[in-house]
Amino acid sequence: MAKTPVQFRLNGADKAVFVDGGENLLNALRRGVGDMSAKFGCGQGTCGVCTVLIDGEPRLACLTLAETCAGRGIETALGLAAGPHLHPLQAAFMQHFAAQCGFCTSGMLMAAKALLDRNPSPTREDVVEAISGNICRCTGYEPIINAILEAASKRGGQPSGEQGRARI
Amino acid sequence: MLEFRKEYFKDEREDGLNEVGQPRQRQDMLGHVTGRTRYFDDHAFEGLLHLKVLRSPHPHARLRSIDVSAAERSLGVKRVIRAADVPVNKNTLLSLIGFGKDDEPLLAVDKVRYKGEPIVAVVAESEAAAYAALAKIRVDCDPLPAVFDVEEAIKPGAPVVNETYPANTFEYHDKYNHQKLRFGDVERAFAAADFVLEERYQMSPIEHAPTETNGSIAAPETNDRFVVHTCTQALFFSLGTAAKLLDLPSNRLHFIGGTVGGGFGGKVDSLTEPLSILGAMLTGRPVRYVLGREEEMLYGCPRGAERHYIKDGVMRDGRIVARKVTSYFDAGAYTRLSSYGAVKCIAHVPGPYTIPNVHADSYCVFTNRTPATAMRGFGITGVDFALEVQMDKLAHKVGMDPMEFRILNAYRDGDLKAHRREAHNCALIECVQVAAEKAGWPIRDEFRRMNSLTGGGGERAVIPATVTDELGRIGSGRPASTPSPRAPTLPIPPPPRVPQPMAAQPRVAPAPTPVAPMPPAAAPPAREQPKPATASPQHGATRFSSVFGTRRR
Amino acid sequence: MAKHRGRGMASINYPIGMNLGGDPSQALVHSNPEGKFTVTLSAIDLGQGMKQVTRQIAAETLGVPIADVYVDTADSDTGPHDMGSFASRGTHRVGNAVMVAAKEARGVMLEAAAEELEVNAADLETDGRGNIHVKGAPSRAISVKDVAVAAQFRQGKTIAGRGIFLIPLSEVNAETGEMSPVSCYAHACLVAELEVDDETGEVSMLKMTSAYELGRAINPKLVEQQLVGGAWMGMSHALYETPEPYYPDIAHGPRDYNEYVMPGPGDICPHDIAVLERPAPDGPFGGKGPGEMCANPVLPAVANAIFNAVGVRIDELPITPEKVLRAIKAQGGARPQAAAGGRR
Repeated sequence: MAKTPVQFRLNGADKAVFVDGGENLLNALRRGVGDMSAKFGCGQGTCGVCTVLIDGEPRLACLTLAETCAGRGIETALGLAAGPHLHPLQAAFMQHFAAQCGFCTSGMLMAAKALLDRNPSPTREDVVEAISGNICRCTGYEPIINAILEAASKRGGQPSGEQGRARI
Repeated sequence: MLEFRKEYFKDEREDGLNEVGQPRQRQDMLGHVTGRTRYFDDHAFEGLLHLKVLRSPHPHARLRSIDVSAAERSLGVKRVIRAADVPVNKNTLLSLIGFGKDDEPLLAVDKVRYKGEPIVAVVAESEAAAYAALAKIRVDCDPLPAVFDVEEAIKPGAPVVNETYPANTFEYHDKYNHQKLRFGDVERAFAAADFVLEERYQMSPIEHAPTETNGSIAAPETNDRFVVHTCTQALFFSLGTAAKLLDLPSNRLHFIGGTVGGGFGGKVDSLTEPLSILGAMLTGRPVRYVLGREEEMLYGCPRGAERHYIKDGVMRDGRIVARKVTSYFDAGAYTRLSSYGAVKCIAHVPGPYTIPNVHADSYCVFTNRTPATAMRGFGITGVDFALEVQMDKLAHKVGMDPMEFRILNAYRDGDLKAHRREAHNCALIECVQVAAEKAGWPIRDEFRRMNSLTGGGGERAVIPATVTDELGRIGSGRPASTPSPRAPTLPIPPPPRVPQPMAAQPRVAPAPTPVAPMPPAAAPPAREQPKPATASPQHGATRFSSVFGTRRR
Repeated sequence: MAKHRGRGMASINYPIGMNLGGDPSQALVHSNPEGKFTVTLSAIDLGQGMKQVTRQIAAETLGVPIADVYVDTADSDTGPHDMGSFASRGTHRVGNAVMVAAKEARGVMLEAAAEELEVNAADLETDGRGNIHVKGAPSRAISVKDVAVAAQFRQGKTIAGRGIFLIPLSEVNAETGEMSPVSCYAHACLVAELEVDDETGEVSMLKMTSAYELGRAINPKLVEQQLVGGAWMGMSHALYETPEPYYPDIAHGPRDYNEYVMPGPGDICPHDIAVLERPAPDGPFGGKGPGEMCANPVLPAVANAIFNAVGVRIDELPITPEKVLRAIKAQGGARPQAAAGGRR
């Protein structure tokens, strides 16, 4: 089976993978690049655990053809932190205990980031709308909503160095 | 918003511990928010193959022939796995603890018993190649009449779902097609009650629907073993099941898991490990078998549907004097864990209430649908729904506030429960009182003054004369003069074994021979709870087979 | 068209652990050369927090700070047998096994410290911050780290422990059902407030108020996670979920999350929770497990609240808008009941 080379930027770094015809971006990220943060939940576009950002827009990697990502900028949860410093969303999720099994968390964070990047002061309704495509089976959503609102209220534009690594 | 009501039971607690009771951050939270937590599928293997399964399109059919030749030649296919390739192709999950008979094949042999039952497995270089090969498999089958309703399934003449249990019910104690609970005389109490209410409740099957589907990756390890990354909720349970089906010594399997993307009970059945390991054994390469979402939704085991009939006798003053429960657990086509769930349900009847007469029958019934399994609240959630809606109806009938109705009938420390064990460590009344207070739901002073620690025991701790057969005969005598107190150490005479030839087993339980009256209890035992790690001397059973009857292969 | 408010309640108890017992759990605890501990299990964390709960129990029992303990699970080569994560058994069974193992390790640690300090082990206590000192004389102390070094390199002791917790399997009487289901129960009572639209049959949750008794909250944040998340699942079971919408007819089974309906973030309601703790005599620090019972009272409370709102009893789950609407029509319209608990 002939494979097609695809080049894109992933979390700011240049990547290149070989993909089968029709292969989706989720597979290319997980098996091609080795970024396991985006998860397989349904392959049908109904659960959101594969949510990544493509040129800043939240997209479902399971329904995105890898070949259409040539030249694009992709962001996953692995790129949220600035070195050892957590993104305000990550710190807020920790503070609010907004994850239990953690399987939806990567996708949830990316959906939240997309919201805060375009709307730094969302209402609760804005947050609900932004994550309504991300299924969580464990938390009941309340701590996730609270965490996102917290991150929005704390954020001064950049993730500040003093967020630091959350201490256990 | 969550608050602690530390003032309740504070005399029984030592607060102010160092770590216990503290809101420490989870050990795994940093991994979750940085996307680094590793689930079973987050492991890379060079040369990874993918396994997909061909599933029955019929709920009930005889398999006449299976032609896999086109699939074997299909692009990217490494191996097609047939029923004959499975070393031990018949199992029941609880055989590991000696409960039940082997009734389920890993791959169907001559018959399929539910829509979605696996027939053939294909191992290929990619999922797409595996799916393409599946489409080329030809299966000729003769559809058979199917049965989907539990009460239809137990009628004489119903299609036999599972030949291991030709009456479509699991067998308990080698005698009965249900588990019984008998305490007192409900018929007499119904006759004397002011109101009798009989209702039917139905709970739907439920999908666990965790965001991570069932799956595993099995790979040959360097020491002639197989490493298996799995989402199982029970590591050794799955390891033992795979070892049995594949006829491998258990120490040739190295199971790694412990971090699961949601389970809720749907990852106990070891749905994928045996086949992924078999695939690795037959190809010599790593094999990944992960259920797609549609597979998980339709063919991954659900919580089984439950049907409960509840008949209660209640007095004008609100006391429930009799409760009769008949429960049907829809196990689907194979036993899996439903046999245990039906007993767990009857162990829960009549709920957290002290009711002097209780009668229950719990059936595990086979139908032609996806086999059911455990789910959050297994055996309890369904019957609790039924019981608590029934309680609401009863309260309405006697014109009593629902909160007060619960408090009146609640069990208290020292009461004897229908299973003839003393209730202790109760707290239902306090929960009702606190919930009522928080919700601004007024209850009368006398009910606000009640508590779990007082008012129990005494007359409420007596084993009543109990009817144990359909003719109303008493099978358990009331001790002569002294009331029998809590009796957790009451010696239990083994039930008389009535040999029954398999073919002649009637669908309805035969009238049992009268049981010898229970010997009167000795002096009340000290109320000491078992300490951790000490075996209680009077419990000799170590296997479920000795509790429920001999397990036959 | 009208929306009717209603309130309903339910109270339950919940058996802790596998029914009838016979479900063992084992644990191993050992110290590294510098007095940091690993708890080795084969228990499974589904998200309920198994790793963190056992970590806190181990730290408390050992008498060391939480940062000095990590839990390693699950590998069948290194983790001793555990029956599995189900039946709300984790805190109770695995927690107890961890306590036993940690107690043994602590015993060796104190013996080693006693030898270094030349006192009796019974005269020593841990300060929970990494030190061991003589009771009443805190200056006569030694760090856990120094004890670990001494034990391993001079005294030839291994600061380690093994634990198993097993409730022996209960008999079941075939005729009477006499049995010992479990050794302890958790409890709950929940009030559901909701609104029913009598033109569409749709039910909107407005508020839940509850009290849960769970023995001992090993970690209050993890308890909150279970109670909030579990109540959401209960609401989902009550009003939305089914893989067989026309049970017992198997047709029209949902194939994806669009067809298998669950409440989303816009459908949730506030939940006001009170937690009570009546320690189980045989629980680790009295702990029982909240992981399953958190969903159960919601289902009947919702059904009872719907009756309160519009006077219809739906005895079949899930209570879909279709069922509500048919029932309302069958009775000739909504019949709101007297306000439950005196007010709406």
